[in-house]
Amino acid sequence: MKKEIPLAITFITGLIIIVTFFIPHQPLGTMQQRLLLWYSIVLGFTMLLGMDSLLRSNIQKIVRKAPGWPFALVLIIGFLGTLIAGIYTWATSESLLSLGSSFMYVYTYFIIPLQATMFSLLAFFIASAAYRAFRARSLEATLLLITAAIVMLGRVPVGVEIWDKLPVMQDWIMEVPQMAAKRGIFIGIALGTVAMSLRVILGLERTYLS
Amino acid sequence: MKFFEKIANIDSRIIYLLLFIVVLIPVMFKMVLPVRVSEPVQAAYDSIEKLPEGSVILFSVDYDASSAPEIQPMLLATLRHAFSRKHKVVLLGQWALGLPFGEIGLNEIAPQFAARYGVDYVNLGYRPGYRAQMVGMGREIRDFFATDYKGTPVDEIPLMKGIHNYNDIDLLVGLEAGQAGDEWIQFAGARYGINIIVGATGVIAPDMFHYLQAKQIKGLVGGLQGAAEYETLVKHAGTGIAGMVAQSYAHLLLLGFILIGNVGYFVIRRRKQA
Repeated sequence: MKKEIPLAITFITGLIIIVTFFIPHQPLGTMQQRLLLWYSIVLGFTMLLGMDSLLRSNIQKIVRKAPGWPFALVLIIGFLGTLIAGIYTWATSESLLSLGSSFMYVYTYFIIPLQATMFSLLAFFIASAAYRAFRARSLEATLLLITAAIVMLGRVPVGVEIWDKLPVMQDWIMEVPQMAAKRGIFIGIALGTVAMSLRVILGLERTYLS
Repeated sequence: MKFFEKIANIDSRIIYLLLFIVVLIPVMFKMVLPVRVSEPVQAAYDSIEKLPEGSVILFSVDYDASSAPEIQPMLLATLRHAFSRKHKVVLLGQWALGLPFGEIGLNEIAPQFAARYGVDYVNLGYRPGYRAQMVGMGREIRDFFATDYKGTPVDEIPLMKGIHNYNDIDLLVGLEAGQAGDEWIQFAGARYGINIIVGATGVIAPDMFHYLQAKQIKGLVGGLQGAAEYETLVKHAGTGIAGMVAQSYAHLLLLGFILIGNVGYFVIRRRKQA
């Protein structure tokens, strides 16, 4: 029964969602809207599960003094600090997003700089990696190198200053060869998604049960 | 030989330092380069421009701080355009960590056009739901957003009185750093026929071209370059235009390094073969 009931729920829910997606009229339309709301509520609760998992694993790391445990401590302090700032703002301001509130202070002066720094570092790594990896070792690598150079220059104003045809060439690369390859990949992804969804609904794919 | 070995294996720290300098100088000296407006950005601009006064535009903030330097200028420029045309703005977001950017944007632009909260614009905030929310809003927005971000019931907000689903929205501006753009197009655009323009990071923008070619989106603002183009169209220079000079020289530096690396690589290879 432990397997049959979840499989039956998945099958019935999947079937209802498919049918109501294509026939949104009454009474199916109302049923669909209700299911979508349930989905939203479940999704909200998954965030609580995520928080629980995050805290539990990091507290265990600190208790066991596992390698890198001070980072776990920083995470817990950051989490609790943000939570306290959020609760305080909730109690004293009209909204969490009120500019000037303690929560927005944490957001503006901690979260934004931290996220921005993490992402900015990528530019330095890309620069170093591109310098090392972009070698014209073969015909394919040379073509990739030339294409990348055109796109990189065509996407920035200085490209127009160098040669006014560069943006036109860049547009063509993006709209024709790039799209030809991407379409094939996207059609493959879509077919794979449909196949996997059918396998889940029909109970052939059961890995989600474990 | 040693010289070519050196240029084929430049220390990463030298690359980092030069990149830092190349990015810093244009920002410090506020250098500007002329920006050419591409067709997809022009099409996005025209989509807002052609709407009759008082049209309702739904803005979806689907990014966070990591992509804000690229997308926030798009939000500011499109908000500026919308308010200047006296359109109504309804803002929400699929990324909880990005929604404050929406509020920051509204607080910056709305007062410049004397737009009033609740009458000319509203911030509905963030609700979990993602795809379910996108589909469900086609039937009734209130099922997912019963209140705005301050907790005011939606029915008490004058702007929202006549807005129930996508039939009451004239255009969706999706500002995307991830998958949400595809979902808006597939679930709100394909199913309910809502007109969509997308503003996306430089990484995501190439994935949007097939929607643009198939006319499933009305326009595309891609990367910082797209933001700079939109700023050019609304005639208000912001961080998009300012950032493009830094990006231009960073690209040139990168190409220079790639060229040097290849020269070193070829000379070494030829000498080894000889």
